[in-house]
Amino acid sequence: MPRRIVLGIQGVGHRVIESVWRLGRASRFFMLMLMKSGTSMRRFRLIIREIYFTGVLSLIIIVVSGLFVGMVLGLQGYETLQKYGSESAVGTLVALSLVRELGPVVAALLFASRAGSAITAEIGLMKATEQLAAMEMMAVDPIARVVAPRFWAGVISMPFLAAMFSSVGVFGGYLVTVVLIGVDEGSFWSQMQSAVDFRYDIVNGVIKTCVFGVAVTAIAVFEGYDAPPTAAGVSGATTRTVVTSSLAILGLDFVLTAFMFRGMS
Amino acid sequence: MQRTTMDLWVGLFVVAGIGALLVLALKVGNMGTYSAAQSYTLMGSFENIGGLKPRAPVKSAGVVVGRVLDIQFNPETFDAVVTMSIDTRYQFPKDTFASILTSGLLGEQYIGLAAGGDEVMLKGGDKIMKTNSAIVLEEMIGRFLFNKASESKDGNN
Repeated sequence: MPRRIVLGIQGVGHRVIESVWRLGRASRFFMLMLMKSGTSMRRFRLIIREIYFTGVLSLIIIVVSGLFVGMVLGLQGYETLQKYGSESAVGTLVALSLVRELGPVVAALLFASRAGSAITAEIGLMKATEQLAAMEMMAVDPIARVVAPRFWAGVISMPFLAAMFSSVGVFGGYLVTVVLIGVDEGSFWSQMQSAVDFRYDIVNGVIKTCVFGVAVTAIAVFEGYDAPPTAAGVSGATTRTVVTSSLAILGLDFVLTAFMFRGMS
Repeated sequence: MQRTTMDLWVGLFVVAGIGALLVLALKVGNMGTYSAAQSYTLMGSFENIGGLKPRAPVKSAGVVVGRVLDIQFNPETFDAVVTMSIDTRYQFPKDTFASILTSGLLGEQYIGLAAGGDEVMLKGGDKIMKTNSAIVLEEMIGRFLFNKASESKDGNN
């Protein structure tokens, strides 16, 4: 019996040591990538290629989901607000919830599952098929050539994607409430404009998306680079990317919101 | 894929992203109402500002002519000093009346300017002399109840 307890405690210790090791590897990998980013910045064409794959190809899912999220917000907001006879405030509701929270968070979650998983799978498979090792043999640094361009492409794409998500969402809300239901157009826009502050709402939203972009792509490239070079390893790493970056987005969102909107009226 | 096609798509993507940010700033947010025109500041001291907040609108005849910049408490006269920035296109006479009003029953509070008839106009940094405090609902109810009570007392006597 005591032997079983000792084994259990050993298991806990092993997991803790393992995760501290992983965290250390992730930090060292992140620093290394930042140090070698200068080289890939000089070859900007690589980054443009990756922006095409992570940003441009994510556009459709981002725009369509933004439209639907905005339309649903408009419908639900109208449903509740009209009970109090203040249905013209639906524009404020749609715009504030999109710009402050839903735009950055949902766009980042979609980005993590659409682009983050692809980055992990690609880098993981490159490692499994020893392409990264082959590059090193040819004196090409795989971190500068493969990892850093993907990271910077994700960081650059993320704010644009979230901005498009929010503005398409506002348009979706407009479509449902003004065009379909018939809320007054003037009060829809004017109440929205008087409630949404550029500095507090929009700039804070953009800061959030930049943080999420860094977090998602850093997790994605690390998981890919750190994946065991087997089929099962790559699939596990892809799953971990989606799970970890989703949790990171939600946790970071709480922390950022607590700092940005605390005591704000 | 061809290099130029990819460049085109990435360029379109970046332009669309910047466009979306501009839409958010100008159409959704209040950047459009930050007029590039110059403004001048006016001050006014109020006995009670109620729930007035910085960035609240300053209206005259219902038209937004400026915004509240800053609200401070004056420890010498024990009243609130409100600084507002007014668009230079709008000039107000010296004897303009400033009062704190509420839009609707539960709406936000704003400063209403009612122009007087003076020939001399207010300049930047001037102080509005005639002010009217915000109506605080509790005070009003209290006064009403007090009047009621004294009325019924009179009736009994």
